[in-house]
Order: sequence, then structure tokens, then C-alpha cells
Amino acid sequence: MKTVKVYGPGCTRCETTEAMIKETASRLGIEVNVEKVADAKSIAMAGVMSTPGISVDGKLVHAGGLPDAAKLEGWLRA
Amino acid sequence: MTTETHEHHAPHGLPDWAWYVGVPLAALVWWLVYGQLIPFSEWATSLFPVARDSHTGEAIAFFIYDVPKVLLLLTGIVFVTGVLRSWFSPEKTRAILAGKNQIWGYPFAAALGVLTPFCSCSSVPLFIGFISAGIPLGVTFSFLIAGPMVGPVGLGLLYGLVGWEIATIYLIFGFTIATVAGFILGRMGLERYLQDWVRELNAGPVGDLPEERLSLVDRLKIGVEQVREIVGKVWIWVLIGIGIGAAIHGYVPEEMMLRIMGGEAWWSVPAAVVVGVPMYTNAAGVIPIVEALLGKGAALGTTLAFMMSVIALSLPEMIILKQVLTLRLIAIFLAVVSAGILATGFLFNAIL
Repeated sequence: MKTVKVYGPGCTRCETTEAMIKETASRLGIEVNVEKVADAKSIAMAGVMSTPGISVDGKLVHAGGLPDAAKLEGWLRA
Repeated sequence: MTTETHEHHAPHGLPDWAWYVGVPLAALVWWLVYGQLIPFSEWATSLFPVARDSHTGEAIAFFIYDVPKVLLLLTGIVFVTGVLRSWFSPEKTRAILAGKNQIWGYPFAAALGVLTPFCSCSSVPLFIGFISAGIPLGVTFSFLIAGPMVGPVGLGLLYGLVGWEIATIYLIFGFTIATVAGFILGRMGLERYLQDWVRELNAGPVGDLPEERLSLVDRLKIGVEQVREIVGKVWIWVLIGIGIGAAIHGYVPEEMMLRIMGGEAWWSVPAAVVVGVPMYTNAAGVIPIVEALLGKGAALGTTLAFMMSVIALSLPEMIILKQVLTLRLIAIFLAVVSAGILATGFLFNAIL
């Protein structure tokens, strides 16, 4: 079970990112627990400045803009 | 899982050569269409059963000419900006600014504010990221003011709709306001008016993301993505703005405009700021209004003040910043930037 966090204040792109992660995970058959982090302080503490940011199991893998589909698969598989 | 080899269909699954051929081709089509806008709009206006030189005819012609023009300009500007900005990121900007406490940190921050891609929805994490990396508050403000104030969309549309002279004046003064306001705010020692939790935040962890290697095609894709996202979001503001511009162009009598927004009425500059701050639109929506106002003889200083306060100061943004700034600091920030805008307005009304 992987814990994926999406950092973002609730903009459209953050929601799209969350949907992309869930869709990719279910397509790959990987169990994920997607958490949304919308609080500015927590976003900043995670070192994210451009949203949406993504961390997988505590490791920041992406910040700013929609993630690339192929890369997203890679992060979830790793 | 079953066969995954066929699943790598990204939305832009085109081969590279298609991008190298497609983008110049699209630019050519753009240019050809842009050149035909006047004949097209005159022809389309003639289809309406109204006299071309009547109030309604003027308004319709303005609208039909401006809608495709603004949308084309917007698409072009957003694409080019999206590609150029792919070389910048808030993380890189922070690293550049972190070491710059000297005086030229301010203009530098203002320039990066224009070049760095960031949306107002993430201005809070960005603000905290800057402050926690030790970037001075004033320098951070210069960055945050310049971003919206001298954004490429506003400048590009001003250039296309009003002319290069006024676009240049706007660029110089917008940039100066961002630099000077940041400098003044920095000298005021306002750190104590940050929200408590921001002050307590020690140097935050720097997100150590591996730097991404992007190919030229990746950057072109980013440009297209930006066009889809931004044009898809702001087109409604563009239509509203052009609608208001068309109504002003067709129906507002020139004497009335001169009385309200002419250079003689000294109070018109502060009034323009007071009206402009609560107005929430974006550059693409306000420039057609500016075009119509100037066409009707509104004074340049008053119009500049209106445009700057609409674009650079907005209530929703203040509400977002409330998470990190106390009300007192927001008020000081508003006062300093408004003072810069007022000064610009008065200056241009006085010399022209």
C-alpha cells in the first residue's frame, strides 16, 4: 500500500492530478491511499512551492503542473 | 495486469516531426488569419440590418473585430510565454534570489516575477517558500507585484490593441512600481506583521526535486497545454470585457468621457483606483475596455491607473494572502502599491 499525497489549495489542476493518480493506480493494479493536503502551512512545510505537488511514501517527486502520465506510472511502480 | 505496452498513449502522442512541422504551420495560419480581421469584421457587420455609422453599428463592429483579434493574440501570447517559462520555475527563482540582499535584488525579483510561471492559487506556498529560504520580505513583494502587473498577456494585448507606445510606458512604469514598492516595503521592517506561524517557520526544507530534462518538443507541449488551460478559463472574461468595450465605443458620448475620465478632473485618478481594485478580472478582460476608453478620449494617466489597479490589486488575492499576512500588513501593502499607481496616473495626466 502506497501513500500518495497531493499538495494543492484545491485548484482544478490539483483535482485533475488526484483523479489521474487514482486512475493510473487502478489501471496498474497498485493499491494507493491518496491524501489531499490543502492547508497552506503543510504545503509549504513539505517544500512545495508550485502546486500541485506529489509525494509518494513521504518522498517529494513532483511540483508544479499536471504530472506526465508516463512519469506518474514510474513513481507508482517504484 | 494485462498488456501494458499499448497503453502509453499520452494525450499528445504525436511524433516529434509533427511538432516541428505543426507549430510553424500553425504560426503561419495564425498570421494569415490575423491579417484578414478587418475585412472579415466589416463584412460580418454589414450582415446586420443597422447602419454602419450608427451607435449600434459601431458597437457591433467593435465586438466582431475584437473577439477574434483578442482570442488570436491571447493564444499566441500564452503559447510563446508557456514555452519561454518552461526554462523557469519557482524553485530555480528561489535559489537565484536567496543570495541577493543587495539593492538590485529588487529589480531582479521583479524581472523574475514576470518570467516565473506561477498561478495566484499557489501564491501562499510560494510566499512561504521564499521567506523561509531567507529572501527578504521586500524582495518577495517585488516578485509578487510584478507577476500580475507586467504579465505578458496584458502587455501583449496592450501592444496589439492600443499600440507599442502605451505598452512600453505601461511596462516601464509597472516594473518601476513593483521594484520601488518592494524596496519601500522592505525598508519598513514589516516582518513582525507576518502571521505568527510564518515567522516561527525556520528555513523550510527545500524540495530537492531532480531537475527535469525537457526536450524542445516537451516545451512546445507545455505551451499547448497552457493555451488549453488559460484560454479555456479566461475566454468568458474576454467576451465580457469586449462587450463592455463595445458598449463604451458605440454609445458613450465623448463629452461625457472627457468630463469623467478627462485629464482636467483631478479626482478621476483616485476614483479609477477605487473602482479598479474590487474589480476582479484579468488582463485579457480589461484591455478591450482600456482600448475603448482611450479611443473615446479618456486621459492616459487615469486609464493607466484603472488598468494597473484592476490587474495588480485584487480582493480575492488579498484574501488568499490573509493566510500569511496580517490585515495591517495587507493594508500597508495596498497603500504603498496604490500610491505608486496614483503617482503614475497623476504624472501622465500632468505631462500629456
